[in-house]
Amino acid sequence: MLEIRNLQASVDGKPILRGIDLSVKAGEVHAIMGPNGSGKSTLAQVLAGRDTFAVTGGTVFYQGVDILPMAPEERAREGIFLAFQYPVEIPGVSNVYLLKAALNNIRQHRGQAELDAMEFLALIKQKMKQMEMNEDLLYRAVNEGFSGGEKKRNEILQMAVLEPKLAILDETDSGLDIDALQIVAKGINALRSPQRAMILVTHYQRLLDYVVPDFVHVLAQGKIVRSGGKELALELEERGYGWLEGAEAAARPAENA
Amino acid sequence: MTATANRLAELMDREYPHGFVSDVAADTVPRGLSEETVRLISARKNEPAFMLEWRLKAFRHWLTMSEPKWSTARYPAVDYQDIIYYSAPKSMQDRPQSLADVDPELLRTYEKLGVPLKEREMLAGVAIDAVFDSVSVGTTFKDKLAELGIIFGSFSDAVREHPDLVQQYLGSVVPYADNFFAALNAAVFSDGSFCYIPPGVRCPMELSTYFRINARDTGQFERTLIIADAGAYVSYLEGCTAPMRDENQLHAAVVELVALDHARIKYSTVQNWYPGDKDGKGGIYNFVTKRGECRGAGSHISWTQVETGSAITWKYPSCILRGDDSIGEFHSVALTNNRQQADTGSKMIHIGRNTKSTIVSKGISAGHGQNAYRGLVKILKSAEGARNYSQCDSLLLGDQCAAHTFPYIEVKNPTARVEHEASTSRIGEDQLFYCQQRGISVEDAVSMIVNGFCKEVFKELPMEFAVEAQKLMSVSLEGSVG
Ligand SMILES: Nc1ncnc2c1ncn2[C@@H]1O[C@H](COP(=O)(O)OP(=O)(O)OP(=O)(O)O)[C@@H](O)[C@H]1O
Ligand SMILES: [Mg+2]
Repeated sequence: MLEIRNLQASVDGKPILRGIDLSVKAGEVHAIMGPNGSGKSTLAQVLAGRDTFAVTGGTVFYQGVDILPMAPEERAREGIFLAFQYPVEIPGVSNVYLLKAALNNIRQHRGQAELDAMEFLALIKQKMKQMEMNEDLLYRAVNEGFSGGEKKRNEILQMAVLEPKLAILDETDSGLDIDALQIVAKGINALRSPQRAMILVTHYQRLLDYVVPDFVHVLAQGKIVRSGGKELALELEERGYGWLEGAEAAARPAENA
Repeated sequence: MTATANRLAELMDREYPHGFVSDVAADTVPRGLSEETVRLISARKNEPAFMLEWRLKAFRHWLTMSEPKWSTARYPAVDYQDIIYYSAPKSMQDRPQSLADVDPELLRTYEKLGVPLKEREMLAGVAIDAVFDSVSVGTTFKDKLAELGIIFGSFSDAVREHPDLVQQYLGSVVPYADNFFAALNAAVFSDGSFCYIPPGVRCPMELSTYFRINARDTGQFERTLIIADAGAYVSYLEGCTAPMRDENQLHAAVVELVALDHARIKYSTVQNWYPGDKDGKGGIYNFVTKRGECRGAGSHISWTQVETGSAITWKYPSCILRGDDSIGEFHSVALTNNRQQADTGSKMIHIGRNTKSTIVSKGISAGHGQNAYRGLVKILKSAEGARNYSQCDSLLLGDQCAAHTFPYIEVKNPTARVEHEASTSRIGEDQLFYCQQRGISVEDAVSMIVNGFCKEVFKELPMEFAVEAQKLMSVSLEGSVG
């Protein structure tokens, strides 16, 4: 589904991703871990098409298509979803309005009929119930004044409604209380299917207890320095990133070493 | 014959080479402004003596005034001698009695502008007093309104048919000496709309005028006078559009509203005159004086405007709250894109006791647009218990544009309460990316955010206008991002 080869990206001439290789097949869940500032969010945003980051090398194929020339909204319509680490507030635009516009754009792209207001509300109310979210949030401005946890749940609600093929969740577990974490995990698991793939960016094993990954990768200094199965996450939890230092040093370019 | 009359006759006989852009033969007075021009206009319109007198007083006063320089707008000097002050579509000389009699070319022009008179008349139940250049050409529903005693039609008709009403109210809210452009308008105004709602009558339909600027180099000087007698209600819509063209055109309209005891006037405007091209070439200079007086106790005037057009807008719809317990409102969206400049706001003058006013101003700047809010809230000594709430928000798209806020507050009565809130925000790249990531294009995201920003004002517009306004915002912002 997703083939990343030697992906390099920089911001203001400063390299951040230094050659990422990653292959994700339909049905798989990959966890990406790694220290702060290692480039996890950058990778997620580059995949979603954010132009703040200049892609300086490598390729990204999604469903066999080179997506690097595609605009962010085209990628989204093709089924790539990013749950933001920091969901953005949009004053004046109600949550329900954004969601409806998003869904109808994506449905139109898939050749499906637009949902009318009644059908849409029925769908969204059902999904909100799953996420145990207060319906008031629908009519408030997008993320404005939402608590940290409400914002994260809102991201998963959007994902549940938009039903992407490739979901990239950037630290969706951060800032959630224990109950919320379970609800969010349930929401994620509900979407797991042989047709879908997920990339979970996380710092904590506790999400991975609920959403068990097929692969775990460690990103350091803009490179994947270690890949393994779900036990790698447990090992990291026990030993921290320190024991990977050697690998990290290997990943570091010569001028920084 | 006097020299003037001689000259007049001579002028009347002359043929003018400046035809209409849309091929409607125009009957135009020569370029330039003098006492003779004023007399000529008045004569053309067969006006009674009081009108000519008033125009001449205005003209003489105008000669002593100079163009205001205090606004933030910058533009090349206007040559008042290079303007044609009067032009009427030729087919008007034998007044069309119904739309069937209207010049088909004219009707086609309206169609092109998306103002199909006929359809609107039937579909929306709106009575339209359409102003093509300077003279009203089609007034509908006049009979239906007449049954209720409502007078609605062109200003010229009102001068002929209801001279007493005109004489009583003309200039009673905006005196001819009020300001430079108001004086100019008083001297040379060609036509406009007149509306009188008798006591206790609720006007059953939205009254509407469509303005259009068409004749080359023709200054537009419309004058509108609306009177709601005791307990009356009227909602009035003004909408305008202009075709692409190159020369700057001056437009100096005057609108006067009078609300007597417990009367209510809602005045809504959607303005999308030609703003000039991307580099600011061409476009309309829109220097308007709009003022309403809540003359009676418990009367209520609200101005709602959506301004997206014109190269330069200079406009402060205001309310004089004279009657006790009267209410004034101003809800405005002003958008400037490319090289457009807007200096707009409102004045609320509290005179009566327990008078209330609300100002909600939303300024949007994109491209190199300059948007200034200028507002005055003045509470006189007599205005015991007066209240004002002003809210002034600016939204910026990109980093080449600017917003300025100039709120002036004068309070002479200690019991008054005045609140002012202001905010400035910018549509951020992160907001746009967030929307894009949800499958929404940048254009749609911008118009979604802009419409969200304007929601509070749009909800004050009549339904049909609100939809138009939303579309207009998207069209006006085209090419401003991405
Ligand atoms: N717009 C930007 N301008 C400059 N530097 C940036 C920008 N975006 C990211 N960076 C830098 O790139 C590096 C990687 O950032 P990124 O957000 O991808 O880290 P991360 O792995 O997601 O970290 P965290 O675990 O803290 O979320 C950091 O050093 C960050 O400061
Ligand atoms: Mg991050």
